[in-house]
Amino acid sequence: MTKPIIEVRNLSKRYQLGSIGTTSLREESSRLWDRLRGVPHPDRQEFWALRDVSFDILPGEVIGLVGRNGAGKSTLLKILSRITEPTSGHVRLRGRVASLLEVGTGFHPELTGRENVYLNGAILGMTRAEVARKFDQIVAFAEVDQFIDTPVKRYSSGMYVRLAFAVAAHLDPEILVVDEVLAVGDTAFQKKCLDRMQSIAADEHRTVILVSHNLNAVVQLCTRAIFLNAGRLGAVGPPSEVIRNYFGTPNSVEPTIDLAGRSRSGHLLARARFGSVRMVGSVDAHAWKVPFEDDVILEFELTVRETVKQLELGTSFFNLQGVEICSSLSSWSGKIGPTKPGNYRLTARFPSLRLLPRTYRVGIGLRSERDMEDYLGEAFDLEIINSTRTKRENLATVHGAVAVDVVTELTAL
Amino acid sequence: MTPPESSAPEIVIEPTHGFHFVKWRDLYAYRDLMWLLVWRDFATRYKQTILGPLWHVFQPLLTTVVFAVIFGQIAKLPTDDLPPTLFYLCGLLAWNYFSQTFNSTSSTLIANAALFGKVYFPRLIVPLANVVSNCFSFVIQLLSFFAVLLTYQWAHPGAAFGPRWEAIVFLPLVLLQLAAFSLGIGLWLAALTSKFRDFAVLSGFLIQLWMYVTPIILPLTKVPPQWHIYVALNPVTMPVECFRYLLLGTGWINPTLILVSLATTGATLVSGILLFQRVEKSFVDVV
Repeated sequence: MTKPIIEVRNLSKRYQLGSIGTTSLREESSRLWDRLRGVPHPDRQEFWALRDVSFDILPGEVIGLVGRNGAGKSTLLKILSRITEPTSGHVRLRGRVASLLEVGTGFHPELTGRENVYLNGAILGMTRAEVARKFDQIVAFAEVDQFIDTPVKRYSSGMYVRLAFAVAAHLDPEILVVDEVLAVGDTAFQKKCLDRMQSIAADEHRTVILVSHNLNAVVQLCTRAIFLNAGRLGAVGPPSEVIRNYFGTPNSVEPTIDLAGRSRSGHLLARARFGSVRMVGSVDAHAWKVPFEDDVILEFELTVRETVKQLELGTSFFNLQGVEICSSLSSWSGKIGPTKPGNYRLTARFPSLRLLPRTYRVGIGLRSERDMEDYLGEAFDLEIINSTRTKRENLATVHGAVAVDVVTELTAL
Repeated sequence: MTPPESSAPEIVIEPTHGFHFVKWRDLYAYRDLMWLLVWRDFATRYKQTILGPLWHVFQPLLTTVVFAVIFGQIAKLPTDDLPPTLFYLCGLLAWNYFSQTFNSTSSTLIANAALFGKVYFPRLIVPLANVVSNCFSFVIQLLSFFAVLLTYQWAHPGAAFGPRWEAIVFLPLVLLQLAAFSLGIGLWLAALTSKFRDFAVLSGFLIQLWMYVTPIILPLTKVPPQWHIYVALNPVTMPVECFRYLLLGTGWINPTLILVSLATTGATLVSGILLFQRVEKSFVDVV
């Protein structure tokens, strides 16, 4: 049996809140003084960026590390790249690690492309001879051969990023750690990067750990996904399954979500605005859950500041990859009549959405006879849960976005 | 490509406690990076300047002229019977190497915080590269010193000063001591600065004050003998005097004080490395 190339055991990392970048000599000496006198010093708050995380990675695997902001992904990468030490636990690496946490680390603007390739290669752990051997490949990959002797400060940002990624993509080490660098370059180059990572793993049998918010890329590229949730290991498994799990744990939300205080962008007339929203009707409505069969009923509070001739509610349901799954306009069944200044409650009922059990992100807008009055692209999340009725127990096995009934008839010929 | 399974070194990442000395193998593996950093320093320092590396020559020459006018002509401070220009220039030769290496080493962690936060390599590589790249400016300054010296000897035939032959062996050794000490004390300040920025301010004027307690302007022979023990505690004193002795033939050197200076240098370097290595591993968390 193959030994894991990476073994992570009970890994924890603690940060002290408030201490980051704010310690001064005075504060430190007052702490020391308190300690010498045996007086407890008002201690700073602690924060566990990682808590008791354990997993194994086998050679040749491509691991997608997913989780929300602050889940501990970057901390884990920093520990694996030996940039920072864990507070407890250990990692055993059976191979050299090259980390690409940022594109172009150590690039010097005054140096030429050629010079920067050598410098950056050395920073990432290559010897001069190794860089020299791969130099032509790197330049060809980056598609900058014409400008290789031009200082990189004259490069376009696309060229700069391509060259930087090219160096990293030709690193030799057995383990490659990559943080969110797929979001660079144009679509064609992004695809090239993805292909390169795939070939690093498949053809060269090396191990890749990748952090990305691009869940499609994770599903396409990775053989397994690790989901971190608030510093703890949430799930490990096939990417599509883990991501479903990742979607399935929405942030704990209040039954009534305040919308008045959210920031808006774009040009809005703001004569009418959303105040708050809550879900009603179903048993779990306070938790923003609604069974597959049930109508989604939303109750908005609106504030109208000036008389508006007519109002229209627009709603869009997105999946968590950001794809719009379904949308609606209230005007299809008649516009909301003239409204004088004041506070209103607007109830919106969405009958038979037939959305498969997932978490959906909802965007809402208010349009008047003149223009957009209010708009929130990511107003709230709601979860469609499995049907409470027995006939739909196999819903979870259906792929796609919408489930429809099909009427079948079998006739003997 | 074959899966490098058995040959790959096993690395264990775990919390370390206490002090650790240099991991030589790690350092050796990154030797190419050190030379590239030295080269980068050189290649980029004088981009968009007209005089380029000539600045290494002008800076000590201008300082010497100012010293010669203010301390030599106006204050009439003695210079050990040497022409003031050569006396100051020789002292500055040693002093500039020390202060430049000290400055660049002490700002290592802060200046490279962005880089250190993104990629691992032995942090000690950066100060070591500084030590080496400052050697190049030292050589340029040494050559300009010889140019001035030869001009002097040509203008005053039969002058009683000049380099000794021992310099070929001993000058590099003295420079090595100077490098070791500036690295050691620079690492101390780098470690302290990473936690408390107060030390960044301190190191700025520390180096200014330090020059006045080093015989750059006032020769050691004018210091009362009962103070010599304090002078010896300053590890830069003996190297400076050795420079004058080796390059100009007159300097006040004392074997005991040299030993004291060497011991201080060794202790500073070792403790500096230990402290630096202790700080470097949690540095990115507090920067």
